Amino acid sequence: MEEILKKYTPVIGLEVHVELKTNSKMFCGCDANYFGEKPNTHTCPVCLGLPGALPVPNKKAIDWCIMIGMALNCEISLVSKFDRKNYFYPDLPKGYQISQYDEPFCTNGWVELSNGKKIGITRVHMEEDTGKLIHEHIDGNGVSLIDFNRSGVPLVEIVTEPDFDSAEDVKEYLQRLQQIVRYLGVSNADMDKGDMRLEPNISLRKVGETKLPPYKVEVKNINSFSFVEKAINFEIKRHAEILDTGTYPMQETRGFIEAGSKTVGQRSKEEAHDYRYFPEPDIPPIEFSKEEIAALMQSMPELPDAKKERFIKQYALSAYNADLLTRDKALADFFEICCEDSGLVSVHPEPTHIANWLINRKVDITKYMPADVIMQIIEASRVAGVDVDELDDILKKVLEENPEVVTSYKAGKTNVLMFLLGQAMKSLKGREKPEIIKEKLEKLLA
Amino acid sequence: MKIDIAHIAKLANLPLQKEEEGKLATQLDATIAYIEELSQIDTSKVEGTNMVTQTKNVYREDEVDEFTTLSQDDALKNAKHKHNGLVLVPAILEEGDNA
Amino acid sequence: MDLHTLTIKEAKSKLKNKEISSLELTQAYLERIEKIDPKLNSFVTVTKDKALQMAKDADEALSAGEDKPLLGLPFSIKDNFCTKDIRTTASSKVLDDFIPPYSATVVSRLMDAGIVHLGKTNMDAWAHGSSTATSDYGPTRNPWDVERYPGGSSGGAAASVASDEALAAIGSETAGSVRGPASWCGLVGLKPTYGRVSRYGVIAMASSTDSPGPLTKTVEDAATILEVLAGKDPHDATSSSLPVEKYSETMKAGKKMTIGIADDYFDGVDSEVVAKVQEALKLLESKGHTVKKIELFDPKYAIDVYTILMRSEVSSNLARFDGIRYGNDRSYFAEEAKRRMMLGTYALSSGYYDAYYKKAQKVRTLIVEDFAKAFAEVDVIIGPTLPTPAIKIGQADDPMFGEKADILTEPSAIAGLCAINMPVGFSSLGLPIGMQIMGRQFGESTILDLAYQYEKETEFWKQKPNL
Repeated sequence: MEEILKKYTPVIGLEVHVELKTNSKMFCGCDANYFGEKPNTHTCPVCLGLPGALPVPNKKAIDWCIMIGMALNCEISLVSKFDRKNYFYPDLPKGYQISQYDEPFCTNGWVELSNGKKIGITRVHMEEDTGKLIHEHIDGNGVSLIDFNRSGVPLVEIVTEPDFDSAEDVKEYLQRLQQIVRYLGVSNADMDKGDMRLEPNISLRKVGETKLPPYKVEVKNINSFSFVEKAINFEIKRHAEILDTGTYPMQETRGFIEAGSKTVGQRSKEEAHDYRYFPEPDIPPIEFSKEEIAALMQSMPELPDAKKERFIKQYALSAYNADLLTRDKALADFFEICCEDSGLVSVHPEPTHIANWLINRKVDITKYMPADVIMQIIEASRVAGVDVDELDDILKKVLEENPEVVTSYKAGKTNVLMFLLGQAMKSLKGREKPEIIKEKLEKLLA
Repeated sequence: MKIDIAHIAKLANLPLQKEEEGKLATQLDATIAYIEELSQIDTSKVEGTNMVTQTKNVYREDEVDEFTTLSQDDALKNAKHKHNGLVLVPAILEEGDNA
Repeated sequence: MDLHTLTIKEAKSKLKNKEISSLELTQAYLERIEKIDPKLNSFVTVTKDKALQMAKDADEALSAGEDKPLLGLPFSIKDNFCTKDIRTTASSKVLDDFIPPYSATVVSRLMDAGIVHLGKTNMDAWAHGSSTATSDYGPTRNPWDVERYPGGSSGGAAASVASDEALAAIGSETAGSVRGPASWCGLVGLKPTYGRVSRYGVIAMASSTDSPGPLTKTVEDAATILEVLAGKDPHDATSSSLPVEKYSETMKAGKKMTIGIADDYFDGVDSEVVAKVQEALKLLESKGHTVKKIELFDPKYAIDVYTILMRSEVSSNLARFDGIRYGNDRSYFAEEAKRRMMLGTYALSSGYYDAYYKKAQKVRTLIVEDFAKAFAEVDVIIGPTLPTPAIKIGQADDPMFGEKADILTEPSAIAGLCAINMPVGFSSLGLPIGMQIMGRQFGESTILDLAYQYEKETEFWKQKPNL
C-alpha cells in the first residue's frame, strides 16, 4: 500500500443511506418497524404499489432529514420537491422510487475530521426504501422471494464530495455520522439491522494531480465500517495494478464479497441506468419559511462537537476524555447525572475524577445508577476503617447539628439522606464505606 | 430523428416482437415530428408548472394507520406466485438491493 | 312508469315518498342492462347480486328514515376506480383478474352516500383514448347509433346513462374523457377542477391532470353528485382543502355572465357543431348574458404539451404493472398503452428531458397564464367540446387519435380548470352535439349556474335514443 501511495492518491466519495426510526413509513401509515416481523404484514395499497394508491409524505421524516442536514452544516432549501426515479426491479413495487433529484432538502455542508481535513457534503435528501429480496432454493430451483414490509420506510441519503483520500478517514467520517444521527435520535444506525448502508466510490490519480480521474468505481450496499475499509483498500490495490499497465479501470458498480474481502463487478457500463427523473406529480411542492427553519434549528439537541466543547469548559475535562465521553450520548448523559448527584454530597468526587472512573473502569452504564457510581468512587478513596463507637458518635453529632434536615427526612424527604451522608463523610474524612455509613444513618433515623 | 426502439423498450421494460418494433418506430417518429412544433414557442423566460393548483406543503403526521394496513392474505391475494407469506419471482442473479 | 328513465332528483323524491323502492328501481336497471347491454357493451362487470343486496339495505335505511344524499340510487362506476372485492380491470387484460383489496375514495364516498353499485363500465384501456376503441373487452357502442363510438375514455359510463342502464355514472377525465363521451352521448359531463375530487384509488393515467367526475342527465344531478365527491382527502396530497360548496343550491344563483369565446376553438370544427354551439350562445345572449371575443393560446399546442406530459406520466404510472404482486405481466399490454409508454419513456430519457418534458411544463405555464388573463375579463369560456359528432366504429386508428380528438378539452385540462359538457342539440344524422363551459379553478358553482340556466331553456336531456 505504501508503495502505491507514493505513486497514486486515492479519490474517494461516499453515499450513505440512513434508515429513519419514524413510527410510520415515508408515504403511508404502515408501521415502519419491520425488523423481525412476519413478512408482508406491514403493507398497504401505497407501499405495495397497488393501482391508484397515492403517497402522502411523513412530516417528521422530512424534519429529521433536515436536522441531519443541519448537523452536517448544510444549507437548507426553502423550496423543495420530490421526484420519481424510474427503474424496474422486483423489490420496487411502483417501478419508481420517490426520491429527490434537483431540489434536495439540504446541500453544501461539511464535516471536519480529527486531522483537520474538511469533507464536503454535496447533498442530503429524502427517499423511500425498497422491499427486501431473499434468495432461496425451493425444490432445487433458485428463486427470489420478496417481503414488502421494508418498502416505503424513510431513507435519508447523504452524499459527500470525493474529498477522502484514505479508508481510515472514511471510517472516521462514518463513525461521526453514526454518532450524529444517534444524537439526533432519528435513527438507531444499527449496522447489523441494515440501518446504515454504505456505498463508497473510488478512483486513483497520480500524486500531484488535481483533476478528478476520468473514471470511478462504486461499491454497492456495504453494511459494516470495516467492510468499507476493506473494500476501499481492495479497490485501491486493484486500480493501481490496472493503472500501472497504462489503462484505466472500467467505470462500473461492484459488490463487496465478505468471504475473501474482495469486490466483484455487477453491472457493466452498457447497462448504465437511465432513471428518467421527473417531478413527482402526486406530491405538492414543499416550501419552508425562514422562521420554520430557525425553529427546527432551535429544536436540535446538542451535537457531539458542542457537547465535547462544553464538557471541556464546564467540567474541566481533557479533550481526550471529553471526546471519549461524548461518543455515545447515553454515556455523556450518564456522566452529567453523576456530576449532579455528586454535587449533593459534600465530599464529592470532582467531575474529572468521575470521568476517569467511567473511562478507566469501562463502567457498564446499563447496570448501575449514577448515584451507585458516586458511592463506589467515594468508597474507593476511603483510606482506613473506623471503630463502631466513634462512628456512632460522629453520626449522632451530625444529626444533632442538622435538626431541620432530620425533620424533613422524617417527614418523608428521604433524599436529604445524601446531605447527612456527605456531612458524615466529611467528618470521617473517608475512613468508612459510604454504604455502611448510610445504613447506620438510616438506623439512627428510624 | 430515429428512435433506438430496442433501448427504449428495455428502459420501459416492454417485451416487443420484431414486427411490433418496426411499427412502433414509424409511429413514434411521426409523433415526435408532430410534437416538435412546440420548439416554436419561446419559453426562455418561463418556469415550468409541476403543480397546477396552488396546493403545497401537504403532509401526514407520523402515526401508524391500522385501518389502511392490509392483512398478509389481502396483500398477497392477487399475487400469482407466492411462498410462505412471500411473493415469489424467478431467481434474481445479481445480488444486492437497489436502494 | 319507466323506472329507468328517472333523474336523480325524481328518483330521490319517489323513494322518499315510498312510491317506489330501491329494489324495484335497481331491478329495473338490471333488467335494462340484461336486455340492451349485449348491444352496447357498456359494462365490463355487472355486480348484480351485490346491487340487489345494496338495494335491500337501502330500502331498510329508507324505511328507518335515514337521509343520505344518494340513498338507494343505482350508479355505474368506470372500471378504473378500485372497488374492494370487485374486479377492476381498467379495461386491460393486464388486470383481467385483479380484485382490489381497497376502494377508491370516490367509491367509498358514494357508498357512504348510499348508492347502489350496478357494475363497472367499459373504457379505453387505461383511459388511453377518446372512443373506447382501445378497450381489451371490445368497444362500447353509442346508444344513439350503435355503429358509432360513444366517445372515451369514459365511453361505457356515458353509454350506460344515455341508454338508461344506470341513473348516473362516475367517470374520470385526464383531458376530455368525461366531457367527450358526454358530448357524443348527449349528457351532462362535469370535469371538476384538478384536486377538487380525490384521485386516491383511481388507476392513474396522467397524475397531474386526472380528475374524476360524474356523467348525468341533468345539471342538478351533476351538482348533487359533486357535493358527495368533492373535498379534501387525507390519502391524496394533491386534493384541495378549499371548502366544498352546496352546488345544488349555488347553481341556482341565476347570475348574468360574460361569456368568452375564442376563434381558435371553432377553427376546423364540423359546421353542424359550430352552428349548434352558436345557436346556444345566441340563446344565452337573449337571456341577458354577454358574449365577448377573447384571444386564447392556440389549442393546437395543447396537443403537444398534453401528449408529452401525459405519455411521460403514463410511462411511469404503468411501471408498477409487472405481474408480480397482481395482474398479468407486461406482455399483456395492448398496442395503445405500449405506444404511450414508449414515447413517454423516450421523452424522459437522458438527453431529451429538457427538449420535451421540461419544455412542455414551461408551455403549460403559458397556457395557465393565458387562461388567467382571459378569466380577468370573462366569467366562463364556451366552445365546442369535440370537433365532430360521434364517429363510426373503426375510424379511430390514427396513432395519435386520442390526443388529436381532444384538442378542445386539452388546454383546460392542462390548466386544471373545471368544465362541463352541455347537450346543445342534434346533427342532421340525429347524433348529439355538445358544448363545453369552462370556468376558473374551483369555479364549479359558476359553470353549473350557467349550465343550469341553459338547460332550463332547452331540456335536450329529455330526448331519448331509440334502442
